[in-house]
Amino acid sequence: MAEKIIYAMYDDDDVLKDGAKKLVAKGVKVSEVFSPFPIHGIDPIIGVQNTRLGIMAFLYAITGTMLATIAMRYFMISDWPMNIGGKPNNTYLENILAFIPVTFEFTVLCAAHGMALTYFLRNKILPGLPASNPDPRTTDDRFVMEFRMSENSNFTEEELTSLIQTTGYVELDQKEVK
Amino acid sequence: MHKEAAIREPLILGHKTYTDITADVCKPIEDKAPKMWYVLFSIALIIGLYGVGCIAYLIGTGIGVWGLNKTIGWAWDITNFVWWVGIGHAGTLISAVLLLFRQKWRMAINRSAEAMTIFAVFMAGIFPLIHMGRIWLAYWVVPLPNQFGSLWVNFNSPLLWDVFAISTYLSVSVVFWYIGLIPDFATLRDRVKRPIPKKMYSILSFGWSGRAKNWNRFEMVSLILAGLATPLVFSVHSIVSFDFATSVIPGWHTTIFPPYFVAGAVFSGFAMVQTLMLVMRKAMRLEAYIHTRHVEYMNIVIMVTGSIVGTAYITELFISWYSGVEYEAYAFINRFSGPYWWAYWSMMTCNVISPQLMWIRPLRRSLLFTFIISIVVNIGMWFERYVIIVSSIHRDYLPSSWSMHYPSHIDLGVYVGTIGLFFVFFLLFARFFPVLPIAELKTILKSSGESYKNAPDSHGHEGHDNHNTNNH
Repeated sequence: MAEKIIYAMYDDDDVLKDGAKKLVAKGVKVSEVFSPFPIHGIDPIIGVQNTRLGIMAFLYAITGTMLATIAMRYFMISDWPMNIGGKPNNTYLENILAFIPVTFEFTVLCAAHGMALTYFLRNKILPGLPASNPDPRTTDDRFVMEFRMSENSNFTEEELTSLIQTTGYVELDQKEVK
Repeated sequence: MHKEAAIREPLILGHKTYTDITADVCKPIEDKAPKMWYVLFSIALIIGLYGVGCIAYLIGTGIGVWGLNKTIGWAWDITNFVWWVGIGHAGTLISAVLLLFRQKWRMAINRSAEAMTIFAVFMAGIFPLIHMGRIWLAYWVVPLPNQFGSLWVNFNSPLLWDVFAISTYLSVSVVFWYIGLIPDFATLRDRVKRPIPKKMYSILSFGWSGRAKNWNRFEMVSLILAGLATPLVFSVHSIVSFDFATSVIPGWHTTIFPPYFVAGAVFSGFAMVQTLMLVMRKAMRLEAYIHTRHVEYMNIVIMVTGSIVGTAYITELFISWYSGVEYEAYAFINRFSGPYWWAYWSMMTCNVISPQLMWIRPLRRSLLFTFIISIVVNIGMWFERYVIIVSSIHRDYLPSSWSMHYPSHIDLGVYVGTIGLFFVFFLLFARFFPVLPIAELKTILKSSGESYKNAPDSHGHEGHDNHNTNNH
């Protein structure tokens, strides 16, 4: 079934934010906001949950710490213990100071790259993927709110449009998608 | 929203709007390159290719073509390596440390400073690779299962820590830089008309659409990457200093090295940022975004780190006497009065005296003076590494082994070549990439743009809130 989407375009981030507040108070569901830069404070208004990437970064980091520790213990203690300059590698703990720099670097390496990859995949951004912003100006100086009719079933199209008209938009557009 | 004191100079001069920022940053990319760009690019490319030729000759012949000898087995290459890594540190410091401290002025310089970091670390990376001689065996530094038993690399060695530190630093810097670039590439993608650039920027922008959730993740990723990069940047130069500090050579065996190297790295890096930015702002007409206030802040960083470096030099001298170790004392007496006195005193003049001039306000706000000092500082920081490395080892314990280091023309060619290659990369960056973070600059326009800041309350954000019922 075809779905109708209404796009309201604004030329100022604060006007959009106030408009979103007003509409949400009336029970309208703002499906998406497209903006050229992060609008601070918009997420709680339109119900965007805070990202959990921070937790993921921590998990990647401790993975790195563990991998580095296990690997260095195997290389330097169990597989081929080296006695360099009278500094033997009898146990990992005795020699742990020498292993701190690599442990740290590997932790950072895993955390940073793991998080970056997760960021790309969760945002669905990868080289060559098509852009999905409704108007090319949303990466310049325009801000767009998207309303899906399916998510606003208690409003008719006219009701929704007349509500949006009170928010100081500059352009109104609509589109049918499958 | 963050409110900035009215007496502070605005960070964005002129009456800019959001679209002005886009246009100002994109204009140099969309316009034809000026003649000067081609001239500079050709010069840099010729010098860079000469360096590549010297490297090819070096690899074909062996590292005997360097000016090393039995006593001085480590001189020119490691000097250049440390110099380039040090220069690289400013970019990460600006983008990571200043992000954590919420310093908005970083936004004028972070993009190009990060680019500079990446290219400088590339140049640094060349030296340890070519000094292996048989560069095709470079993968031996990685702990891979092998047919020697398996014999692993030595995780007790600072040289191996360097491998991990530099590769982590380079790759994390690239990721940090690129994640910031994606939204700006999207801006370019939606702006350019010609099909080939449009296709290129479309691929580079990864299909970025600027949804609210995307920006939410973007801010979190930037914050965490900054948090990771901050200890990383300190660890990298600390580990570079361990290459010397963990040895038992008088003059190298010093516990002050890690903080002293990190301060020196930031010092030289900021100087390089000044050199590049002062030219770039003029050439690309970005005077509204990078101006006296930014230059002054950077000069204050140079002054502070320069003072730390100066204190470290004097501490080293004092401790060499106070330790009562005659070898240590001799290494330092020889440093300032021996055959390398000229290098020592060049270092002292450039690194200790010149940054102190920044206490004088008109001088640190003078663009010409800043430009000269920024070059002087980088010359001084090159001499610092040369002094530490060569003057400590050229007088062996055995006087019959005493020697001097004279660089060969290949030494000079490789060094000058890396400067050429660095500028090749930087000029390409300035030509095709957005040199200012467009999206981030727009976030500070209302708090620190001239037209919003000094406007009466009937205008801009504050005025707007007056007729907003849901004001918070």
